[in-house]
Amino acid sequence: MATQHSRSAARLMMAPAVVLLLGWMLVPLIMTLYFSFKKYLPLRGGDLGWVGLDNYVRFVTSSSFWPSVLATLAIVGGVLIITVVFGVLLAILLNQPMWGQGIVRILVIAPFFVMPTVSALVWKNMFMDPVNGLFAHLWKFFGAAPVEWLSQASLTSIVMIVSWQWLPFATLILLTAIQSLDSEQLEAAEMDGAPPLARFGYITLPHLGRAITVVVLIQTIFLLAIFAEIFVTTQGSFGTRTLTYLIYQRVLESQNVGLGSAGGVYAIILANIVAIFLMRMVGKNLDA
Amino acid sequence: MARAVTQQRKIINTAAAWGVGLLIFFPILWTILTSFKTEAQAISDPPVFLAFDWTLENYSVVMERSDYMRFLWNSVIIAGGSTLLGIIVAVPAAWSMAFVPSKRTKDILLWMLSTKMLPAVGVLYPIYLLFINLGLLDTRTGLVIVLMLMNLPIIVWMLYTYFKEIPGEILEAARMDGAALKEEILYVLTPMAVPGIASTVLLNFILAWNEAFWTLNLTAAKAAPLTAFIASYSSPEGLFYAKLSAASTMAIAPILILGWFSQKQLVSGLTFGAVK
Repeated sequence: MATQHSRSAARLMMAPAVVLLLGWMLVPLIMTLYFSFKKYLPLRGGDLGWVGLDNYVRFVTSSSFWPSVLATLAIVGGVLIITVVFGVLLAILLNQPMWGQGIVRILVIAPFFVMPTVSALVWKNMFMDPVNGLFAHLWKFFGAAPVEWLSQASLTSIVMIVSWQWLPFATLILLTAIQSLDSEQLEAAEMDGAPPLARFGYITLPHLGRAITVVVLIQTIFLLAIFAEIFVTTQGSFGTRTLTYLIYQRVLESQNVGLGSAGGVYAIILANIVAIFLMRMVGKNLDA
Repeated sequence: MARAVTQQRKIINTAAAWGVGLLIFFPILWTILTSFKTEAQAISDPPVFLAFDWTLENYSVVMERSDYMRFLWNSVIIAGGSTLLGIIVAVPAAWSMAFVPSKRTKDILLWMLSTKMLPAVGVLYPIYLLFINLGLLDTRTGLVIVLMLMNLPIIVWMLYTYFKEIPGEILEAARMDGAALKEEILYVLTPMAVPGIASTVLLNFILAWNEAFWTLNLTAAKAAPLTAFIASYSSPEGLFYAKLSAASTMAIAPILILGWFSQKQLVSGLTFGAVK
């Protein structure tokens, strides 16, 4: 029913957002692609000409590449497992009748609103410090030797910090999904004598499948890009140099822009593989 | 009998949920408590929980020593400016997609979402180089632009979702009564859209306030917001726990309060409507 006039008006109204995002996407992307085929060292001679796929080969054959892939997988995988498992449990718990539900929700969600540099520093200094950290006191209290968390158990520490930040997100989304579950179905199963574990496995979990997938996909995209948590804790040492951090170091610390850009292209491809699945789910929902 | 069982279950649920809730909240609580201790009490062995001499000294020290107000002001300008600019660009776009949908609307929405998936580190150097050449490095203007672009897809999406829930019949009725496009937007749509716009503003202000990739990499002394201010505590000042805590508390308090109001929008906003 839209007239020709309102159509063109609509196009005009959309134009600024579309043009801006198109520029934001294309300009840096083309520049990254351009640099990735060049030997480009801003502090040591500048543009040293085209090198073909050399940067791409050198990025994956450098000795830091595979360790960074492993660190990335360990962090993303560890955080996903912790946040999804505990997120499901917490969502079920929070969905039960209780007193002060609103306040508990607020307590659980709070970490999500803490800026990454604050949460990383608070954990690093006030909890994980081997001398004055609370964990050190706790360990000593039980007669154990304090752990030097960020050097001896560096990956575990990062996973803990990041899980603390993202557990609220997973919990909140899973709680939203659980609340849309038809409680009559659960009650009927209970009356038929289905034990709690069976009710969980056959009714609750399948119902949550979609929400869990969304949590996994969105978190993966954000977790692949975590930066501040490593920047203020280990600076990439002790095996915590993720792919993102490695690229950052190549580009800004050692100013090897060509090499870093090739790494950037790999990161973009990786994120897009995850994004395709997410977009499909979102797209299906748009039709409905 | 059945009632007694539910009552008992409710007590257990309450205890378990409060226990877990407090455990998750504990690092924040501990930070707030430590901010009121002296440095000696902050590292006392064994740690003191509540029985210490409460003091506001750390707050005054932090505010005097490190130009706290400048960092705070930068955060407000950057988060506020990028959100405001984003809303100005996004409202017309979301409005037209919601009320004058075409065959391509869905594709455009999904494409906008896909730009959000681009890893920032992949385009770090180009943005850095552009910032140097345009004189935007370490300026609030530069960060306002980058954070606006970064969050624009979320803003468009959230607004689109809200606008779509406004019934189209109301618009037709207004049109029949002879309302012009301008009046339609001003008197019919705006009042209905205000709650949606408000929640979008809130969530995006929070996201921009906490953003810590671009703010750390594109600022130095002048335009650094609170994220960078806290990062400067990484060492050796970070060993002054009470001051670190006071600085942290001041950086997160406003957002914690705002965040509590935006719980509901968080789900729809960050899952792009994939979970309802």
